[in-house]
Amino acid sequence: MSEALLVDADVCLALEDGRVFFGRSFGAPMPAEGEVVFNTSMAGYQEIATDPSYHGQMVVLTHPQIGNYGAQRIARESRRPWIAALIVRDLAEEPSHWQSTGSLHAFLLDAGVPGIQGIDTRALTRHLRDHGTMRAALGPIDRARPIEPQAADLVERARSATPLSDKNLVAQASDPAGAADRTDRPVEAASADRAGLRIAVVDCGVKHNIVRSLAARGVEVYPLSWDATVEAVLAAGAAGVVVSNGPGDPERMAGAAALTRELMRRTVPLLGICLGHQVLGLAAGGSTSRLKFGHHGGNHPVRDLLTDRIHITSQNHEFQVDAASIREGSGFFVSMVNLNDGSVEGLAHRELPAFSVQYHPEGCPGPQDNQYIFERFLDMVARPVPGADALSRDMVPADG
Amino acid sequence: MDSRGPTSKKPVDVRKVLVIGSGPIVIGQAAEFDYAGTQACTSLREEGVSVVLINSNPATIMTDVEIADAVYIEPPTVPVIERIIRRERPDGLLPTLGGQTGLNLAVELAEAGVLDRHGVELLGTPLDSIRKAEDRELFKELLIGIGEPVPESEVVSAVDDAVAFAERLSYPVVVRPAFTLGGTGGGIGRTEHELRTIVAGGLAASPIHQVLVERSLIGWKEIEYEVMRDGADNCITICNMENLDPMGVHTGDSIVVAPSQTLSDFEYQMLRTAAIKIIRSLGIRGGCNVQFALDPHSFAYFVIEVNPRVSRSSALASKATGYPIARVAAKIAIGRRLDEIPNAVTGKTTAAFEPALDYVVMKVPRWPFDKFATGDRTINTQMKSTGEVMAIGRSIEAALQKAVRSLENGGRSLLWEERSWSDEHGRPTEQLFEQIRQPNDLRLWALAAALRRDVSVEQLAEMSGFDPFFLHKIRHIVAVERELLHEPLTPALMFRAKRMGFSDSQIGTLADLLPEQVRALRIAWNIRPVYKMVDTCAAEFAAVSPYFYSTYEEENEAAPLEGERALVIGSGPIRIGQGIEFDYCSVRSATAQRAAGVASIMVNSNPETVSTDFDASTRLYFEPLDEESVRDLLENEAPPVEGPAASSAGPAAASPRAALDGDDDRASAAPPVIVQFGGQTAINLAEPLRNAGFRILGTSVESIDLAEDRRRFEEALQRLDIPQPPGGSVRTVEEALNTAERVGYPVLVRPSYVLGGRAMEIVHSPTDLIRYVTAATQLSTRHPVLIDKYLEGRELEVDAICDGEHVLIPGVMEHVERAGVHSGDSMAVYPAVELTHRELETVVDYTTRLGVGLGIVGIFNVQYVLFEGTIFVLEVNPRASRTVPFLSKATGVPIVTIATRVMLGESLRSQGITDALWPAQKLVAVKAPVFSMAKLPAVDTYLGPEMKSTGEVMGIDLTYQGAMVKALTSAGLMLPPKGALLISVADRDKAEAIPIIRSFARSGHPLYATEGTAGVISALGLPVVMTTKKLDEGHPNVLDVIMDGSVTGVINTLEGVSARRDQLRDGFEIRRAATERRIPCYTSLDTARVVAMCIESGASPNEVLPVEAYWSFDPQSRLGPARANHRASEPIDGRVRPGTHVSDRA
Repeated sequence: MSEALLVDADVCLALEDGRVFFGRSFGAPMPAEGEVVFNTSMAGYQEIATDPSYHGQMVVLTHPQIGNYGAQRIARESRRPWIAALIVRDLAEEPSHWQSTGSLHAFLLDAGVPGIQGIDTRALTRHLRDHGTMRAALGPIDRARPIEPQAADLVERARSATPLSDKNLVAQASDPAGAADRTDRPVEAASADRAGLRIAVVDCGVKHNIVRSLAARGVEVYPLSWDATVEAVLAAGAAGVVVSNGPGDPERMAGAAALTRELMRRTVPLLGICLGHQVLGLAAGGSTSRLKFGHHGGNHPVRDLLTDRIHITSQNHEFQVDAASIREGSGFFVSMVNLNDGSVEGLAHRELPAFSVQYHPEGCPGPQDNQYIFERFLDMVARPVPGADALSRDMVPADG
Repeated sequence: MDSRGPTSKKPVDVRKVLVIGSGPIVIGQAAEFDYAGTQACTSLREEGVSVVLINSNPATIMTDVEIADAVYIEPPTVPVIERIIRRERPDGLLPTLGGQTGLNLAVELAEAGVLDRHGVELLGTPLDSIRKAEDRELFKELLIGIGEPVPESEVVSAVDDAVAFAERLSYPVVVRPAFTLGGTGGGIGRTEHELRTIVAGGLAASPIHQVLVERSLIGWKEIEYEVMRDGADNCITICNMENLDPMGVHTGDSIVVAPSQTLSDFEYQMLRTAAIKIIRSLGIRGGCNVQFALDPHSFAYFVIEVNPRVSRSSALASKATGYPIARVAAKIAIGRRLDEIPNAVTGKTTAAFEPALDYVVMKVPRWPFDKFATGDRTINTQMKSTGEVMAIGRSIEAALQKAVRSLENGGRSLLWEERSWSDEHGRPTEQLFEQIRQPNDLRLWALAAALRRDVSVEQLAEMSGFDPFFLHKIRHIVAVERELLHEPLTPALMFRAKRMGFSDSQIGTLADLLPEQVRALRIAWNIRPVYKMVDTCAAEFAAVSPYFYSTYEEENEAAPLEGERALVIGSGPIRIGQGIEFDYCSVRSATAQRAAGVASIMVNSNPETVSTDFDASTRLYFEPLDEESVRDLLENEAPPVEGPAASSAGPAAASPRAALDGDDDRASAAPPVIVQFGGQTAINLAEPLRNAGFRILGTSVESIDLAEDRRRFEEALQRLDIPQPPGGSVRTVEEALNTAERVGYPVLVRPSYVLGGRAMEIVHSPTDLIRYVTAATQLSTRHPVLIDKYLEGRELEVDAICDGEHVLIPGVMEHVERAGVHSGDSMAVYPAVELTHRELETVVDYTTRLGVGLGIVGIFNVQYVLFEGTIFVLEVNPRASRTVPFLSKATGVPIVTIATRVMLGESLRSQGITDALWPAQKLVAVKAPVFSMAKLPAVDTYLGPEMKSTGEVMGIDLTYQGAMVKALTSAGLMLPPKGALLISVADRDKAEAIPIIRSFARSGHPLYATEGTAGVISALGLPVVMTTKKLDEGHPNVLDVIMDGSVTGVINTLEGVSARRDQLRDGFEIRRAATERRIPCYTSLDTARVVAMCIESGASPNEVLPVEAYWSFDPQSRLGPARANHRASEPIDGRVRPGTHVSDRA
């Protein structure tokens, strides 16, 4: 089989543990390095590619047919793709959709992002599941020359790639001007009568749909840089602050943790999303750690411990807040857990107007079931009554 | 509305649940409900809930006594179910597993006050929700209330109102009748004339005489979501599916892909959110199916339909994802939450998640037009397919081509074309474009043909409404065809072709090689399929589900099973002649193997069935049932061979021949194969598999051939001294005429090796014989035409088991209709009540001699005709027949289990069986056929040698009349009391009809008759209303009295083939009218006779009992023995003891 698999190959993906996959190149014909993670969403490849949280990572999509509806303006979650490379089984050459502005191939080519297609993505996914997220290198191969030395070179390159935690990815992904420059896309919001409220978003690599979800509820969104000072936040006159999602290791976010601690001290209502959730965990005195292969997909069940209800969530994270590290004295408690592996999915404060979710309530891609998180946050902003009672009050979907 | 939904109250403490099955297989309601019902019963019993089941269909797994605590095979009517409720006292009724039939009955039971009277709670879906989902007006109000868009529509009860509405809205408009199966009676009205016809039919079809007329969304995308909700208001979607055929084609008749392929995440989530909103607002506890129409040019969408129950789509979604919808829905119905139900696939996570697919699933319908060549092949909003196939692949191209291979449509790959599609220069013709514009069963092939002729994707998208995305995929297939045709076959090209789902035989056709040569090359090049797991989670978690599909990739996940194991070949898509019975047999065989300590491997391609539930066997392969796929998976199950062939020295080193030798080694290490239970599909694979070196369990290929080869069979019968109707096999018209002359007319003619009596006819004259043979030789050039003397006698049927030395006959059945009516379409009675002791002995003797003499090891079926005191053998089928489940349920003998053990090497004696004939039960069981003719316009409904029924029901009681009434009632063949009857019989039948006519008259049925028959009736001195057959000479004519409801049943017998064309047409019109009006039409006097007998004797059901209680009925105690007793007659200790029947012991 391997012989036949090789015949059409012009590019190789090498993992740091020595496993190699041969496939065909698409997107930008250039080498790449980074961590490989898999995402199990069946649609939403462009949202994934443009999610700044993926900065520094190569993404293998487990669904085998990718690119079917092309690239679309409304499917961008930031100004550009952030993934280091895209790995797919079969790329649609002729996309079909009334919103399509071109192929995924062209979209990635323009942005300088390489891709590999035709490989056994399920075998790769199983490998990552069993052996954990690892570094990889993608590069061209010349079939006129012996393949093995070329593959070995790539394995070496994977091994010498800078680990994710050694990079300040957030600084690169943070783009407050870009966050204001989002495309329009309808968001279902229960109410939009919060005119006059200003919400600051600490942009660690924020996704457009977080901004849209807030804006659709009538508030003014005020994006701030990832390293904004307390003074900058207060000067913005924000009634509440959202600490956004973003790439990389939360342990590098000591500054943001200090900021949130200070905001809490001033009882400014706070919502942490994904990396923002981890930042809140650090602010609470907790620690974070890496998951074996992260959570990436649109089907993760989360139990809300306050209401005992299950929500299907969209997730994209490598790190978790360690449950045991959240001490009673911090005032925080674990308010949500992942049903599959029991990891922390949400934190809330018993007295202060502050809570966080590890998952992506804005979806994109993924279910829109959790838009109520924004509703809850804005309610809290309007009426900053802290505590668990207030949290459970409206933990039902907005459409009820 | 309270946001937690209307059912957030605490669930009742449910200890006993009544489950209503869906009854006989008809178009629109097939095996998917056996799958759902079986899974639900098992699921409820896991929870400690006892299950009472009612279903009139004996060919189901769910009616096996192991599945429920009490199984009632009884007519599903309100009075019967009330008797069951009174006897069993269930706390709850689960109505959502029996399709539309189950749901409608639940509504009837509730409305009749039965549920309240006996304190039975409706579980799962509240009655109010059923009404809201089913009643178009209420449904519309509900959706508007929650802000979901519905197409403009109006419910009408009169044709004129429909026309008035359509004029306001403009044509075309869609018509959907309320409360019908598979869209029965619906259609698309493009003109006023069309609309009037459709609405009239729809009103007749609807039990509440309502149809919905709505805005046409033809050409929009059709998308479905399977949604699940628990009592705590947790909601998830299991799967979404996209129809390749856009709106305008019933989803059951559409090619469907899962998950959706052309929806962006925004659209996917928009519709997902809407689906969840809908299930919440309906307050359903369990599963629900929501169908949407999505504009291909904007984000506009409409909600089209909601099924508040498990459905064909939910069965498909379960198989497509591995998520057991029915199992989970049943647990939710009794109060479990999603997060309290374990995910059986991963063994770690719970049911509260949404499956992620890392493959593509394609469903393609199987239509019956190969049997009904004259039927209307166009497809629309009224479902016509009898079954479907599913295929799994890692690309659209592969999934689509695998699905086409699975159809078993005479080996018709995507390469197949109709001659009229291209002109003499190979250019596309208008006929081809017509086939693309107007949906029909050949459209997929037509699209490929057009792409082959370089018609552009844009043009075809415009004509067909298919999304260009899918057309491009078909274009890719066509492009590889071209390469295969023109380029040298290299490993790269071979691999690319295999990845696109090309079969070896397709590649061979294009590259000018034999399939076997392609295989040899492929193996030499080390291009073999690998097997991937369906695990619900796209490999995110390690899964334990033993559910695999083939693909051409790098990593294989299915290591050979260890220990003793055997492969059961399933029966593929449900079609006329090969129905759910064979799925029953396959599943039973797998179960028996596991009980005997042998790992059972199942292969099948049908997503509706129990056999493709990965729980039904040790390991499941979801694959086409063709030689290539089965050989590949068998080789995959063979432990790797030591030696040069296995070391794969690379393409250059391995010659095809060496690879073949290696294959032989591999074949001998592969598991043996069981071909006796998967119908003709499986038995046809016996020879190729044997030739490829695989081991066939039980009856040898030589013996199979002996039974199926006419000439060799004849010789064998002479040797065994068993009479056969005189006849012979012929290859030319001269031979045919000579043979017919020798045996005398009428003769029965048929091609050899066919399924379900296809193309079988009774021929009365040389002229007709010439016509038949001329047509038939085209039909089957490889095999001759068989001609037999037609003996118009009583037909007997036996299913038996032979271990090579001894034979067990569980029972002898007698057909109600005389020989000449296909056995699948005849009513059959067990035991054969009118047989003398001597005749019975002869049957036992012949069957024993046949089993041993033909070398049968395992199961076989023999059909006899009793003609003027002599018993003749008509045919021997060296495999399980469609009566096996019926006979198993009539006798209590686990026929498939015993046969499987015999095939595994355990003799009948060692199973404790010593008698040849199992003692007859003190009950009578009647099997009656059920037809789907209302779904198939332009198909003639008369009973003949060619099988037409799609399903069957069983009536079981202590008396012949009681059982017969039950069977007739369940089959919808009973006349209402004193209902008027129209009689129009052929001249040659008039004398025989007289006693039957008198009987109906005595029972108080007013008689209508056509000219000739009316004369006969008047001459008997009976009152009769004469209605003319001449349709253009005044009203009311014969069709008027049918259509206006004056008559409630019809007796119409077929004129001979030699009759004038107009006579034939008259009969056809009468029969079709009865079908349209949904009233019984008896085309055999034998059927009419038993109906008359039942009515005149005032017969009614004697007992309503669990099936086991009949087996052991003790007249002293009207309750029957306790369950523990009759369980003793089953092989719980591995031994079956005939003669130790409980009633005998008592």
